[in-house]
Amino acid sequence: MSAVADEIPISERGPAPTRIVVSFGFWLFLLSDIVVFSGLFAAYAVLAHRTAAGPSGAELFDLKRVFIETCCLLASSFTCGLCILALERRALSIIYAWAAVTFVLGAAFVSLEVSEFAGMLSQGNGPSRSAFLSAFFALVGTHGIHVTVGLCWLAIMMAQIATLGLKPKVAQRLVCFSLFWHALDLVWIGVFTIVYLGART
Amino acid sequence: MFGKLSLAAIPWDQPIPLITSIVIIVGLISLLALITYKGWWPYLWREWLTSTDHKRIGVMYVILALVMLVRGFSDAIMMRSQLALAAGTAAGYLPPDHYNQIFSAHGTIMIFFVAMTFVIGLMNFVVPLQLGVRDVAFPVLNSVSFWLTAAGVLLVNISLFVGEFARTGWLAYPPLSELAYSPGVGVDYYLWSLQISGLGTLLAGINFTTTILKLRAPGMGYGRMPVFCWTALASNLLIVAAFPILTATFAMLLLDRYLGFHFFTNDAGGNPMMYINLIWAWGHPEVYILILPAFGVFSEVIATFSGKPLFGYRSMVIATMAICMLSFLVWLHHFFTMGAGANVNAFFGIMTMIIAVPTGVKVFNWLFTMYGGTVRFSSPIYWSLGFMVTFVIGGMTGVLLAIPPADFVLHNSLFLVAHFHNVIIGGVLFGAMAGYTYWFPKAFGFTLDERLGKASFWCWFIGFYMAFMPLYALGLRGATRRMQHYADLSWQPMMLIALAGAFVILLGMIFTIAQLVYSIKTRHLRRDTSGDPWNGRTLEWSTPSPPPPWNFTRMPQVSGIDEFWFMKHGDKTSRPAAADAHSDIHLPKPSPLGFLTAFCAVISGFSLIWHIGWLALIGIAAAIALALRHSWDLDTELTVSDKDIAAFETRAKAKSA
Repeated sequence: MSAVADEIPISERGPAPTRIVVSFGFWLFLLSDIVVFSGLFAAYAVLAHRTAAGPSGAELFDLKRVFIETCCLLASSFTCGLCILALERRALSIIYAWAAVTFVLGAAFVSLEVSEFAGMLSQGNGPSRSAFLSAFFALVGTHGIHVTVGLCWLAIMMAQIATLGLKPKVAQRLVCFSLFWHALDLVWIGVFTIVYLGART
Repeated sequence: MFGKLSLAAIPWDQPIPLITSIVIIVGLISLLALITYKGWWPYLWREWLTSTDHKRIGVMYVILALVMLVRGFSDAIMMRSQLALAAGTAAGYLPPDHYNQIFSAHGTIMIFFVAMTFVIGLMNFVVPLQLGVRDVAFPVLNSVSFWLTAAGVLLVNISLFVGEFARTGWLAYPPLSELAYSPGVGVDYYLWSLQISGLGTLLAGINFTTTILKLRAPGMGYGRMPVFCWTALASNLLIVAAFPILTATFAMLLLDRYLGFHFFTNDAGGNPMMYINLIWAWGHPEVYILILPAFGVFSEVIATFSGKPLFGYRSMVIATMAICMLSFLVWLHHFFTMGAGANVNAFFGIMTMIIAVPTGVKVFNWLFTMYGGTVRFSSPIYWSLGFMVTFVIGGMTGVLLAIPPADFVLHNSLFLVAHFHNVIIGGVLFGAMAGYTYWFPKAFGFTLDERLGKASFWCWFIGFYMAFMPLYALGLRGATRRMQHYADLSWQPMMLIALAGAFVILLGMIFTIAQLVYSIKTRHLRRDTSGDPWNGRTLEWSTPSPPPPWNFTRMPQVSGIDEFWFMKHGDKTSRPAAADAHSDIHLPKPSPLGFLTAFCAVISGFSLIWHIGWLALIGIAAAIALALRHSWDLDTELTVSDKDIAAFETRAKAKSA
């Protein structure tokens, strides 16, 4: 950094470069998305014991499956990070490889969740059974939809890299995707702790 | 095939909505025919519908708000005339079923589609100009935001002709808004139109927060930002933090209504009071989202027309940010009577009263700005003075309502109705009108007529007091809100005065329209050739009126508060050199993405309201396809050449000659 740049405070250096502007905007979007989840978490906290004489979380949840789900999602975040490291080195084939692993792990997470939901629905324990189950399906389902959207986004990003190359805008979008993917991990840690582990007590 | 939709959805047996809709449809068709006949479509499409210029988008927001103001106001006139008639044995002319839709539509439209839209429109137009930059952070997203708002507006207006609107009040409290008690499509119209426009608002909030925090002219540190930008920042931070709560809450109610969930139902463990908590956790910040930019407008107007820098810039900024924080700590005062207990009520009562402190700081700052200044009494300053008197009264009745025991008496009465109209009309609307008059010459290159503007102000000002002071008195005597008929004949005289007040306000609106028409007709006599018609202080006045698409040919170099005042009157020798020449000006290309996405949103929203699943899926798929197509187009910028700049400057010179 030059001496002149040091003298000018960062807030007075004029418009930030596009890279920073886009990331900052995306961070704000993520924050707003987390506020959506906080609303759903609040609703879950209020309704968690409103089982309307139906099954409670402790009776319904299979922690073994949830543990595998969690491992898949956390591992996918790690591989997503490796993908971004490869992006910085512009190593195309490694980007594809880690993106594929991320995709598979994410898809495994979604399919495990779908099978959990399907099992509950088949036993008549759908969202309309009780307020508790409404809040459960809405919170966990919203997270699941986010992961599914993330998978679509990842697939689209690979298509963009294949057709457009690693142009700055494309690379920027991949970085935004990784932010999104990590944020979903954070939300899942909340879900895992409050919904699944919370049901044990 | 068409879900719940059939010809029975059109209100054949209700003359008022039927005739109104026919008039609107005929009006719209003739407008479209005129545009087609005159061959204006290519111009409209190129310069407005697909525009990504923040100034154009801001103007469209304001036009939308003014149109919806007329719609919301006609609801108001109907309610006031119903209540002037329906006393004792008289039933009035509006059946309860229709009356309930009218007050719900009035509140929804006035808050979401007039106040919000107007305020976001002003921010759109002004903020980048004041910051000294060429556009917002995400220009295409800005266009998407606007068109999603317009999509919400369209859906609300379709409900007039096809089906019905909610009968649940402007916040659609459950269990009334649940399927069991509102089986019709009214609540669905409400929910989907607000989900769609709410998404637009959230995206606008993200866009403006990013713009203000990351894109400012060189030298413009936080302590040099114009106060309007500070209030816009506070307002947009609140949008980013609060609107997702609204989205989540409405999503839960939609799940209840569409998929049989039990969030807010009476049975299966649902909790309606949770909705009321959640909706006000959004709703109270929302009132500050509206009022803070209005405070910003007054700060600019009062400083400019007093010929003095704003008194207490720092305290103004601190007060703004304090209100921004505190606004999240008072939501429970909207339902003291719900039974949260004395301690909880006391906490929220005290927090509410504390908000009056930073607001009071602001009022004193404005007064001290005028004190010792040379105040020019033009119409923006009329609106500002009217605001100060009116808003202080509204604030005091608000503090009164913040006392829980008093609130138990006044809750849900016309006193409350009078209070929030007092702050919204006296605060937000007066602010919007002041901003409209103040920045109009910047947008169009000519000033608005002063005489008609002042006439409009006096009508609004006097009309407001006539219409709402009686409601305070009636509320104290026990008249409740959302009341369609009353037995006590002694209330009628005051209801008649309130109706007369509404007509005076109507006159004010007519003066505003007349002012616009007259000023356009006489625009050659009222051209603003200097770019600075009010002897302004901030950077927007350093550009020509209207500014070029790129706003600033040379990026301004900022060295203090009120930079433009300094440019005009300061010591020029000590100034740092202006930033670099205009070698590379990049502008966003026009994009049809916003318009087309909103079109898809209307199709999908309408289909979801009427349970036409296949059409909703087509709409959503089309929107995704559009977004994908857009994302593959990496070449989104135009470069402005020196020739374009020279051409603009010659044209501007020719105009001023």
